[in-house]
Amino acid sequence: MTTLPESTTRKLGLVIDLDTCVGCHACVVSCKGWNTENYGAPLSDQNAYDGAGSGTFLNRVHSYEVQPLATSEMPHPAAQLIHFPKSCLHCEDAPCVTVCPTGASYKRVEDGIVLVNESDCIGCGLCAWACPYGARELDAAEGVMKKCTLCVDRIYNENLPEVDRAPACVRTCPAGARHFGDFADPESNVSKLTAERGGMDLMPEQETKPVNKYLPPRPKDQMDHAGDIDILAPFLEPVMEEPKGFLGWLDKALEKI
Amino acid sequence: MTHHQPKIDTSPKVSDEVRKTTCYMCACRCGINVHMKDGKVAYIEGNRDHPVNKGVLCAKGSAGIMQVNAPSRLRAPLKRVGPRGSGEFEEISWDEALQIAADWLEPIREENPEKLAFFTGRDQSQSFTSFWAQNFGTPNYAAHGGFCSVNMAAAGIYTMGGAFWEFGQPDWDHTKLFMLFGVAEDHDSNPIKIGIGKIKARGARVIGVNPIRSGYNAVADDWVGITPGTDGLFILSLIHELMKAGKIDLDYLARYTNAPVLVNGDEKSPDYGLFLRDEDGKPLVIDRKTGKLTAFDKPGVRPDLHATHRAAGVTHRPVMHLMAERYLDKQYAPEAVAERCGIKADKIRTIAAELARVAFDEAFELDHEWTDFRGEKHTKMMGRPVSFHSMRGVSAHSNGFQTCRALHVLQIILGTVEVPGGFRFKPPYPKPVSAHPKPHAKVTPGSPLNGPHLGFVQGPDDLVLKEDGSAGRIDKAFTWENPMSSHGLMHMVISNAHAGDPYKIDTLFMYMANMSWNSSMNTKGVMEMLTDTDENGDYVIPRIIYSDAYSSEMVAYSDLILPDTTYLERHDCISLLDRPICEADGAADAIRWPVIEPDRDVRGFQTVLVQLANKMKLPGFTNDDGSAKYEDYADYMVNHERRPGIGPLAGWRMGDKGLQHGRGAPNEGQLNSYIANGGFFVKHIPEAAAYYKPWSKEYQDWAVGMGIYDSPQPYIFDLYVETMRKFQLAAEGHGDRQPPDHLRERIKATMDPLPIWYAPFEDDNVDTAEFPVHALTQRPMAMYHSWGTQNAWLRQIHGRNPLYVPTKIWKANGFAEGDWASVTSAHGEIIVPVAHMAALNENTIWTWNAIGKRKGAWALGEDASEATKGFLLNHLIHELQPPKGDGLRWSNSDPITGQAAWFDLRVKVAKASAPPDVSQPAFDPIKSPVAKGPSELTWKVGK
Repeated sequence: MTTLPESTTRKLGLVIDLDTCVGCHACVVSCKGWNTENYGAPLSDQNAYDGAGSGTFLNRVHSYEVQPLATSEMPHPAAQLIHFPKSCLHCEDAPCVTVCPTGASYKRVEDGIVLVNESDCIGCGLCAWACPYGARELDAAEGVMKKCTLCVDRIYNENLPEVDRAPACVRTCPAGARHFGDFADPESNVSKLTAERGGMDLMPEQETKPVNKYLPPRPKDQMDHAGDIDILAPFLEPVMEEPKGFLGWLDKALEKI
Repeated sequence: MTHHQPKIDTSPKVSDEVRKTTCYMCACRCGINVHMKDGKVAYIEGNRDHPVNKGVLCAKGSAGIMQVNAPSRLRAPLKRVGPRGSGEFEEISWDEALQIAADWLEPIREENPEKLAFFTGRDQSQSFTSFWAQNFGTPNYAAHGGFCSVNMAAAGIYTMGGAFWEFGQPDWDHTKLFMLFGVAEDHDSNPIKIGIGKIKARGARVIGVNPIRSGYNAVADDWVGITPGTDGLFILSLIHELMKAGKIDLDYLARYTNAPVLVNGDEKSPDYGLFLRDEDGKPLVIDRKTGKLTAFDKPGVRPDLHATHRAAGVTHRPVMHLMAERYLDKQYAPEAVAERCGIKADKIRTIAAELARVAFDEAFELDHEWTDFRGEKHTKMMGRPVSFHSMRGVSAHSNGFQTCRALHVLQIILGTVEVPGGFRFKPPYPKPVSAHPKPHAKVTPGSPLNGPHLGFVQGPDDLVLKEDGSAGRIDKAFTWENPMSSHGLMHMVISNAHAGDPYKIDTLFMYMANMSWNSSMNTKGVMEMLTDTDENGDYVIPRIIYSDAYSSEMVAYSDLILPDTTYLERHDCISLLDRPICEADGAADAIRWPVIEPDRDVRGFQTVLVQLANKMKLPGFTNDDGSAKYEDYADYMVNHERRPGIGPLAGWRMGDKGLQHGRGAPNEGQLNSYIANGGFFVKHIPEAAAYYKPWSKEYQDWAVGMGIYDSPQPYIFDLYVETMRKFQLAAEGHGDRQPPDHLRERIKATMDPLPIWYAPFEDDNVDTAEFPVHALTQRPMAMYHSWGTQNAWLRQIHGRNPLYVPTKIWKANGFAEGDWASVTSAHGEIIVPVAHMAALNENTIWTWNAIGKRKGAWALGEDASEATKGFLLNHLIHELQPPKGDGLRWSNSDPITGQAAWFDLRVKVAKASAPPDVSQPAFDPIKSPVAKGPSELTWKVGK
């Protein structure tokens, strides 16, 4: 079994805004593209042009329907659809690392990124079993475990312009729903966003201390609140009752311009 | 094991070179950085400098690498050797292919050019392809707008000189309330996602109006799960509430719209309902200062919204009066429309109140000086931070034009168009109808057409009719059946050609339109029309030429295939003459260039058109000495001049003192300048011209300098569309050009010059008790039409398309996961897998568009999920309305523009008692002209 570092200098990770994610899969494919060409073995695809097709992805978007409970104010709340991107959360207490029999899985001391050293990976799959989030995928062609590297080969890459030294998923996200930074720094953009918007751990009861945080969707369908119309009613106060009255109002209103 | 951390290289080489070009994984046209390794495409990312996507890129764009390696790519020109539809071809040389095409086309051109129907699908080079068709001389040219969103485009142009997407955008940086209606998730997709992200980051509100709560509607703060086809009624109810409360921008309406223009009130006059005009033909208003009749644009005039003009015993009232009379009527009260729209009256009222609150209570001013077209100087720009966006969902109905008009009128009465925080045009828009061409269709054998095919009619005189009153065009565009069909009716071409109505054709020539599958209504019927033979055993449509880059379903139904390149292997120009990529703050255009060379015997379609034109010596392509003007498309892009100094590309043209933008002579180094600049050109608009563009002297002068107009073209918005009234007058019996009697009542009813709502035609054509359910499609953000399926990565995201069923119908039928449903319309039946979706209008079912594939197409295995579990809704929709017993063919289209009414569809749903093995209807496999791809992909170009 493999030990975790006692602490890491930085805690790099992602903030994913569930209020803004439109479920477009841009992050999914950008990740697939970068990581097929870069770190370790390519992300392979089986039945690429037949059957159902299935390949290795380090990041996937799942969509869930949510039915809010009825309240006296909203007796018939509309169902909602939440898009939920999911990749490795680079946990502080990463069970995928401690379960690894060869030391191939490890957490980096300097930034907390959890990586797989593919040359030491025997493809036993214990780490995928240990991960409560289903964030690791065994590549069917290469027989090694693949996972999000937080684009460790982008974020420090001196061959990239500084502005591009971010994970591929963050750089490409059209809605700006993904943010990258250091959670060990309370002044970082990710720390501030987490504080302002009530960023949450995924399945905290698993005690993995995930580094990535999710910003919850803002309350929806507030216009369906009984009573809202009373607050807004003054904006619709009729200026007249009959069409003729409208013309009278019009004349007076024009005088004021 | 103790902690062991290997050393890794965190700065690996990313690529040998970055080549910047324009994406074509959908119609968005984002800028992309193509990273090359060993001469191959290694990675694609968004170009941060690009005006459209500003660095981001969607799933499709990033998957471009799997498009240029797709096994479905055609490899060489093909000549059909088996029967049509079999997919049996032999590969031929380009010399032979071009010779065959010329041998078919030249006699047509000499004898009767209308025998060629040339329709170009999802073409991004329409100013070029139309130029080719014009020089050939056929009147039968259009692209796919008629089956896409012509209602939105035409309603916008007729109302305010532009619509959404390529015409304009919300002022994302200032808007505080954004309301979107019926948006296809792949139209303008990255800019809208960027915009929604900006709005959300500010905590501003998004209201989504859509029967389906997916995508943008899923993140909308408030969702209006409207009943399909009732958007217009809902919008008119909002207008009712706003007018009733006086929450309309009177100053804006008086200055910038035809609300004060006087309408002839003399019921006996042939001009009844037309504008009072002065001797110069200018619409008249009453000047509030003098009380006198005055031309609307006279310097210093203060148009009066209230005053009427009485002459010869008749009162002539301004448009504002007619609007009050129309929209204050109780038929538009929230209570009156609530049930039909499926929206509670209180919610309609709440939305109206919120629109009013934000537009008027959160109004703000920018300190920008500007001058209006009447010469008045302003020191500020009034901002009304409410903005709208809408696309196909509201367009694709038989009441879509009037619905789109209603939405534009809603924006205008709030005073939110071309103001800070509202909706902003993108150059070359705003552009009024009067600045657009009219349609042209005069055929002269052996000579070019008399002008551009498509345009904007301004009355019955502009219709494209032959002397006997029959349609001049094969698609019957610009006829009494759909007078304002500015984009043509591509969905009617095959049906009309097969029926010989209005006439028979010889050759059907198409590009990038999958007509024997997802691009047609009545797919099975279209396959039959394409293969039908006459009494001599000859095909009813004698010859079909088709160009596509991929092995689509349409390939099998064609006689000659001209294989196109992929988007990374070609030249293209995204031109200001066409569908440009401008932003509200600047004019922009772009190119594609071959960042890789094809490894197959294929040619860019536009280059093939140049070569065909040269072979036939078409006038616009031939010098006086008989030599060819252009060698290929790249040559055309640089050297063609539409007007002196105006070419396909606006950047880096040659002036007297060196390079300049906008106007200028051709510059041989132009493409290199584009490539050096990242593949695009952008010229920003000065601050004083940033808003109020239709009326701003600063903008108009800038636009003239850029070559967008030749002279300033200020205009006022048409709340009341006089052109429509002219068609009504004809239907009432006025004028020489008269509609056929069977269309009179429909023209009177639908061509109302002020927006109205009427029920979708399908509601009258079928028994709504028998067919109570609405059925829709949406395009996913990660898949563009049929193109994505051949892409090994994208097909893993959308490899099948369940029929999404709302809770009420799910429960009523006792559906469970894994069940199949029989879905029946008046026209046909499909049997398909179902899935439950609660966030859905309770009377609506839907599925993703164009995921289902025919076996044998797109180089997929016959067991591909797209061909077994995927399906098309198209089988349920006919291109004609059900027969009315009059022997006439009534198209299933909007009666004003001819837009295909895809979303009128009504169905009934039942659980399939014996689920089939594959989605029904199923068709025999077609023989693939290309080999299948590998079973496993381990793609890495830089080993």
